[in-house]
Amino acid sequence: MSKWTHRHLVDLHDLSREDIEMIFESANSFREVNTRDVKKVPTLRGKSVICLFFEPSTRTRVSFELAAKRLSADTINISGSSSSLTKGETILDTAKNLEAMNVDLLIVRHPVAGIPRVLADNCKAGIINGGDGMRAHPSQALLDMYTIQERFGKIDGLHVGIVGDILHSRVARSNIVGLLKMGAKVSVCGPATLMPPGIESYGVDVVESVDDLIKEVDVLMLLRLQKERQKQKYLASVNEYSTVWGVNEKRLEAAKKEILIMHPGPTNRGVELSGDVADGGHSVILNQVTNGIAIRMAILYLLSTVRDEGLVSTQ
Amino acid sequence: MSLLIKSARIVNANKEEKKTQDILIEKGKITKIAASIKKDGAKTFDAKGLIVTPGLIDIHVHFRTPGQEYKETIETGARAAVKGGFTTVMCMPNTQPVIDNAAIVESIIDEAKAVGICNVIPIAAISRGQKDEELVDMYEIKKAGALALSDDGKSVVNSQLMRMAIQYADQAGMVLLQHCEDPLVSAGGAMNEGENSTRLGIKGDPGISESIIVGRDIELVNYLGGHVHFCHMSTKRSIELIRMAKAQGINVTAEACPHHFTLTDDAVQSFDTSTKVNPPLRTGEDVEAVKEGIKDGTIDCIVTDHAPHSAEDKEVDFQHAPFGMIGLETSVGLTMTELVHKGVISLSQMVDKMSTAQAKIVGLENKGQIKEGFDGDITVIDPDQEWEVTETDTVSKSKNTPFFGYNLKGRVKATIFAGKMVFEDV
Repeated sequence: MSKWTHRHLVDLHDLSREDIEMIFESANSFREVNTRDVKKVPTLRGKSVICLFFEPSTRTRVSFELAAKRLSADTINISGSSSSLTKGETILDTAKNLEAMNVDLLIVRHPVAGIPRVLADNCKAGIINGGDGMRAHPSQALLDMYTIQERFGKIDGLHVGIVGDILHSRVARSNIVGLLKMGAKVSVCGPATLMPPGIESYGVDVVESVDDLIKEVDVLMLLRLQKERQKQKYLASVNEYSTVWGVNEKRLEAAKKEILIMHPGPTNRGVELSGDVADGGHSVILNQVTNGIAIRMAILYLLSTVRDEGLVSTQ
Repeated sequence: MSLLIKSARIVNANKEEKKTQDILIEKGKITKIAASIKKDGAKTFDAKGLIVTPGLIDIHVHFRTPGQEYKETIETGARAAVKGGFTTVMCMPNTQPVIDNAAIVESIIDEAKAVGICNVIPIAAISRGQKDEELVDMYEIKKAGALALSDDGKSVVNSQLMRMAIQYADQAGMVLLQHCEDPLVSAGGAMNEGENSTRLGIKGDPGISESIIVGRDIELVNYLGGHVHFCHMSTKRSIELIRMAKAQGINVTAEACPHHFTLTDDAVQSFDTSTKVNPPLRTGEDVEAVKEGIKDGTIDCIVTDHAPHSAEDKEVDFQHAPFGMIGLETSVGLTMTELVHKGVISLSQMVDKMSTAQAKIVGLENKGQIKEGFDGDITVIDPDQEWEVTETDTVSKSKNTPFFGYNLKGRVKATIFAGKMVFEDV
């Protein structure tokens, strides 16, 4: 097995296919821990992990926090708002201060793209991107891919469709990068107003109709539709969105028998998918959440090994 | 006091001299140009091996006075200007408060005269407070010494107000400099909209936010007469529209900035906030179109849009960082490196675009040419000297430029303002 060399996890661009497989293997062993009565291993004992979240988040923050705690790390949560910029302290100052307290890993979520990259370039602490603006959400994409791998035993050769607000979605961007790297075919579908320019340059197909897409894919990933997109004029109405792009049981009749329905959460039932689809046999939405902890344990563990051995970043 | 420049290879917009000549400047004016001049008591400057051009002009800079002197002052801006070879600069009115009345115009002219190393002329706003609601008192402002008006930083978006501005300015003898950006289309975009913005997850400003206003103003001038000058053109489509308008005899002029013919939006991939500029760095296709426009005359002038911001202002994330980069000290180097040495334009064309054409557009009398009777504003350039742009050599109060570490060919050796040596590269 090759060796893990990354100090930071900022973007899946930086990882090789082997790196991603290594995360999956590591997650396999941690998954078992999460089913024990006593869900704790001493792997990160004595390490300090801080969740620095400048955006509201329940799922990702709790998932990272549980992952760190189950590895016996000391964890602290800090919720900031991006308006702390106006108080004169830059985000880099904040990170440097935390680093001065000898923090080992810093999980950062920020509404502005690029913040984790800038921190990784300037900090000694390991930086984990917990989602930055519209840019990247690598841990989400990793747990999504892990869930797909769990169900199909592979990712290579599968066809994954991503439906919805691609423009504003860091989940879509990270999944596109990761899935293509793992050998999947990726198609995206959604309102033209919410399709980012140049998306084809990633190597994805843009499909106009959800019904055409559903027939073809092994996995259908639905994205959360922010209701304010209507006010921002991207949409005529949320109702029309759900009629044209929402997935319900009837629409799924045309799908392959083994199709997986995924959603990064939180779901808008009745908008991007109907309640019966969310709760139905094809849905792995809750498996994604469960797997999220194992994947994040793997990320924390692997990044901490590099810091221990003092390897140089490959970024 | 007189100054004698010996062995000058004079480059004017209409002619590049092959043989060297001497230039005598007395009482601030060029009094004699001849093969060999002798003048007792005159200070002499030997320009052997160098080219000598009319003092460079930049009708688009930001000196942040009044209100944001921590970024740049008239004095620090003027020092950056003369180091870059400029003897006349016009500073934009998006200050705090906005330069929108005669009193502020006069105060800036007075402050610049006290500094005394180059000509600093304020540009006043088109609309009071740059609020896009009512016109400024153009006659009063002209009397106070301004030549042009601009709401730079934003467009006059209201088409009816722009219509009135064109008519009123034409009669008052003021030039309108339009920052072209439909804010409902740019909508908070921090970089060019395209592949790079998609990959970086940064909100994009599509090129059409610029060309929509260019197209509209061409229609207004076509209908009304008058004149509009387009600031910092950055897109292929804007330049096509201007080319078409000029071919039809519509009186519009345009400028472009060195960063828009040197860098593409690939530069943003580093998230370096010094690459955040408005209009944003565009695609390679746009860069080529800007060069083509400069070459064929669609773009009349090269300006810097020198926009200083302190390190504290820029050391925030990309979305929240202010737009702008400094440019006065790198403009000659970039223009020579990217355009002259690569054969896009000749030295004479460079002089036209960096001096003569600008003097003509804003109506600066007795400037923009080396000619007997004209002002003694002169720039001396070593066209072949190679140099590296460094932070330590930068004299502007702010250091926000993506060009540190760039190697350029062509360097300003001396700047003469009204017969006075105001900068010498030693």
